[in-house]
Amino acid sequence: MSSPAHAAHHAPHSFIRKYVFSLDHKVIGIQYYLLGLFSVLIGMSLSLLMRFHMVNPNVSVAWLGKLWPTAAAGGVMTPELYLSLMTMHGTIMVFFVLTTVPQSGFGNFILPIQIGAEDMAFPVLNMMSFWTTFLALVVMVAAFFVQGGAPLAGWTAYPPLSGAGPLTGPGEGLGQTLWIVSIAIFCGASLMGAINFIATIVDLRCKGMSLMRMPLTCWTWLVTAILGLLGFAVLLAAGVLLILDRQAGTSFFLPAGMLINDHIIANHKGGSPLLWQHLFWFFGHPEVYIAILPGMGVASQLLSTFSRKPVFGYKAMVYAILSIGFLGFLVWGHHMFMSGMNPYSAMAFATLTMCIGVPSAIKTFNWIGTLWGGKIHFTTAMLFALGFVSLFVTGGVSGIFLGQPALDLYFHDTYFVVGHFHMIMGVAAIFGMFAGTFFWFPKMFGRMMNETLGKIHFYLTFIGVYCIFTPMHMVGIAGNPRRYADFTNVEYLAKLIPVHQFMTHAAYFTAAVQLIFLVNLAWSWRKGPKAPANPWNCTTLEWTVPSPPPHDNFNGVHPVVLHGAYEYSVPGAPRDFIMQTEPLPVPSGD
Amino acid sequence: MLLAPIIWVLTVGIVYFFAAKTWWFPPPINQHGMDYDAQFMRTLIVVGIVFTLAQFALGWVIMKFRNDGGKASHSHGNNALETLWTSATAILFLGLVVMGTKIWAGVHFDEAPPGAIPIEVMAKQFSWNFRYTGPDGKFGHTDLHLINDANGDPFGLDPKDPAGRDDIMSASLKVPVGKPIKLILHSRDVIHNFFVPELRMKQDIVPGMEIPIHFQADKIGIYEVPCSELCGLGHFQMRTTMQVMSEADFEQWKQQQAANK
Repeated sequence: MSSPAHAAHHAPHSFIRKYVFSLDHKVIGIQYYLLGLFSVLIGMSLSLLMRFHMVNPNVSVAWLGKLWPTAAAGGVMTPELYLSLMTMHGTIMVFFVLTTVPQSGFGNFILPIQIGAEDMAFPVLNMMSFWTTFLALVVMVAAFFVQGGAPLAGWTAYPPLSGAGPLTGPGEGLGQTLWIVSIAIFCGASLMGAINFIATIVDLRCKGMSLMRMPLTCWTWLVTAILGLLGFAVLLAAGVLLILDRQAGTSFFLPAGMLINDHIIANHKGGSPLLWQHLFWFFGHPEVYIAILPGMGVASQLLSTFSRKPVFGYKAMVYAILSIGFLGFLVWGHHMFMSGMNPYSAMAFATLTMCIGVPSAIKTFNWIGTLWGGKIHFTTAMLFALGFVSLFVTGGVSGIFLGQPALDLYFHDTYFVVGHFHMIMGVAAIFGMFAGTFFWFPKMFGRMMNETLGKIHFYLTFIGVYCIFTPMHMVGIAGNPRRYADFTNVEYLAKLIPVHQFMTHAAYFTAAVQLIFLVNLAWSWRKGPKAPANPWNCTTLEWTVPSPPPHDNFNGVHPVVLHGAYEYSVPGAPRDFIMQTEPLPVPSGD
Repeated sequence: MLLAPIIWVLTVGIVYFFAAKTWWFPPPINQHGMDYDAQFMRTLIVVGIVFTLAQFALGWVIMKFRNDGGKASHSHGNNALETLWTSATAILFLGLVVMGTKIWAGVHFDEAPPGAIPIEVMAKQFSWNFRYTGPDGKFGHTDLHLINDANGDPFGLDPKDPAGRDDIMSASLKVPVGKPIKLILHSRDVIHNFFVPELRMKQDIVPGMEIPIHFQADKIGIYEVPCSELCGLGHFQMRTTMQVMSEADFEQWKQQQAANK
């Protein structure tokens, strides 16, 4: 454990160096958080437009016609516009919200303080990583405004639909190219971030902060960074190959013998559409864990803090995080059971998929074990952590159906899948972010959030998301295919339209409820009561420093850690928590 | 604290909808479908128990261990419990996969039975076409350059190949009841997916690949075939039907088609 001196830099004075091109991990963390907040508002708006169109496919809305004069001529959304909203919703949510906020946002701000460092290992790389992500977002959003509009191939961008150019549909021209370029830029940014996180944890832990004394949040940020390093490298390569297929006439993913939209494709042969799927999901499955692991870390930290009990089975939790990280790279094929790949490999992928369910179940048991015998304080942050556990269970168990190739014979590409992944990597991950927001807001902004507004927001959101995503499983069981612009062309889908109407209204309701959060965030930032250094009586290092922390985090003092992170209600201690820098009481009577 | 009853009510609500089966699978039309439903129900019961217990336990600890000003117990865990729930989960999850293996093997490891009726499927943005052999039992050679959708030839039959002269083409799938069928799946542009809910079976159709699947339909009727892999702006309209007919009706249909050529 070397001295963190090489990460130190002087506090900047100009506005630009302080708030725009800042090297300070805390500013960069907030920048990432705000980028994620902006992105989630776009992503959510797109989902509302989609939900509207699904149940009102022929209703004309004047402002839609003004917004998209061709794709929604006369105010009625075309199916291609629906698909481009869907593609952009998925892409923006997965990359710019789920990947960005839990890891680059909270991780950037909290991780160095939690391990007792003055900054990340490479502050300049950190700044470049953020601005590269910002550039990726600009390029992604630009796809809306080019000829043909945004791409319609989904966030998975399967070729030939995504690889054969504008012949396959509107949005498959420049829009799709911008999409791939944006993803490639994003991969570069994520690689920079991943290297920085790994180096920081390996190199900058303060005296006494052994790996097995780290808060579980740091473990999840470490494993997430490793997943990002290995996963985004592969996606970057895949993206470059796809651009080459589109722009340079190569044939990595495009086979011979295609006749698209009455045009014979003569200049491609020998490529494999399945190759893209293998490369994409080699990234794409670890990506699920990139989105959810930091949420698991936050949940563990909060359940322990607010039940005033040590984490149940800390070591088992660490091993579970590590095995999820490892197995996460061996299960990508379960997205491809129906793809036409060798059906024998499906058995291997299914077995490994069920194996990865085991550490996930261990975590759930340990969370309940942590609460058991505790004294639970129902802060808003804690409510979101408890909500996370409930959603994680609900979203996780449906994976037991989908992980079986036999049952996937029916469920693949139905709404059952949409319900499953929204529940777990969408909503559960977002509950992790809300929990993190309410928990760390005092540290990040020096003010407390409003608990009453927070609790109203929690309860309404918790009920709202169950009402949106549970019925998706039911229509999935009834055979409803996903990625359909409307449900009027297949007879057996007609009886499901009322269920879709219910989900649409639940989505409107849940989205409206988020205004409470935005108001709370904005009001608390400006007017919230001043936060003390440790409002939650929590044990980890970020609570030893003022809120917000000074530029170098520890005012020039190097903290020394004496024990693990979760010493709550220790017998013989004067208080019900012992900071990591305070000695444990000597057991009396020996 | 309010959270506990909310979790319980949501759990009961979810269990109700899965038990009431208001929105549910259409009835299966073959043995594979019945086996599929049995495996689904086995999984549903296991998952239902795990889900209900986990949510009720979560609600219960929320209710029971709320802060009353006292002191929390101090425990760092219990290795015996960790071992117990790790092994129990592993056995349960892996057991389910093993039980489902036979269903998957029946679809994908076994070859189509000898004598299965071969039908070529050609998927394209955004329609389906099916080709049957004529009395000679052979498919004629096809060529991409000869495809003429407007003239009713979505396959591009080579006029020089006599084997193709009696081939029958159709925009919907017709199969005889109770006979093994072998579909040979082709796409000529992007990836599509052949799905018949009543058959409990689907398969991606990938350009550049020839993917065979086989099945048997045991109940006469008309079943919908919605495309189930995103294929472009008309994906939601890419629908055809599979009509399961008596053997006599099927033969009659084939003769009519041949006569109409």
